[in-house]
Amino acid sequence: MKTKKQKWLGLVAIVVLSAYIVLGSANPAAAMHIAEGYLPAEWASFWYAASIPFFLVGLRSLTRITKANPELKLLLALAGAFTFVLSALKIPSVTGSSSHPTGTGLGTILFGPLVMTVMGSLVLLFQAVLLAHGGITTLGANIFSMAIVGPCVAYVVYHLVMKIGNQTVAVFMAAMFEDLFTYLTTAVQLALAFPAVQGGFMASFVKFVGVFAITQVPLAISEGLLTVLVWNWLQNYGQEELKILKLIKS
Amino acid sequence: MKKIPANWSIAIGVLALSIGPLLHFQGNTFNATDSKNSTAIEELRPGYKPWFKPVIKPSGGEIETFLFATQAAIGAGIVGYVIGLYKGRSEHQASPSDDSSSPQ
Repeated sequence: MKTKKQKWLGLVAIVVLSAYIVLGSANPAAAMHIAEGYLPAEWASFWYAASIPFFLVGLRSLTRITKANPELKLLLALAGAFTFVLSALKIPSVTGSSSHPTGTGLGTILFGPLVMTVMGSLVLLFQAVLLAHGGITTLGANIFSMAIVGPCVAYVVYHLVMKIGNQTVAVFMAAMFEDLFTYLTTAVQLALAFPAVQGGFMASFVKFVGVFAITQVPLAISEGLLTVLVWNWLQNYGQEELKILKLIKS
Repeated sequence: MKKIPANWSIAIGVLALSIGPLLHFQGNTFNATDSKNSTAIEELRPGYKPWFKPVIKPSGGEIETFLFATQAAIGAGIVGYVIGLYKGRSEHQASPSDDSSSPQ
């Protein structure tokens, strides 16, 4: 049983982390999403067309999981909420700029990349419609980077590291690389839409990557750490659900 | 398998990664990187104007801040609720065996 002191320490930890999460978003978090109207119409349409199939398959996957295991709905809510929180956090970085994590790594490890396509898309839609962060015209491109490429990278990295390392390292690496590849994809999307007059796509890609490359590294590490933090809680208190998902041994 | 003490180190690590730059760049505005993206676009395509405006634009910085804080608070609330529920459940499941093993 826990002592009174441990309970107080736990309570203080929850208060400090909640304060960090809420105060961290004290300024509008605007970083990786491509702003409204900043992609030419043909590219905006292209990324919509590329994202819609993933979203539809993700919806099917989400329905299948909730029908087969209704007891996982709470965990699904947690995965979505984690993305909701992290994508609202504007965190200062070592370059003197700020940016935000994405938070899709945790849900990907739990439910797979397709489910997070749906969850990530809903977060992006909320931000585009209500917060003017990202945009309706650029929603397809932002979904592709944050809710498709990011989760797919997290999924691949997690399973690769699980073959050679331990699970905590795999969770950390998956979340970290998911974050970095989301931003890399944004740079690719912008470079494709705006190739440099001299140097074409590559010159433009280098320019866009340079905008966030160093800024995003500490944030990706933070995202990895925060994901491990929630993962540790789940390993302690959500073992039933993790067993259903075959993420820990019975 | 108790990993909660490790979580303290993780929380301190995350706070250090955020607070360090704040202390180092005191007085800096910490502009978001996407405004730099927009600048880069304007450099690559001089005269490029966004062809669509946000449907709803928060009427001021304070409102925008409030909305983002609300988003973070809602998400944090749900995460806290689920973890709390799981924690309560696991402690409830553990307590009968504790009672039976304790001397009467």
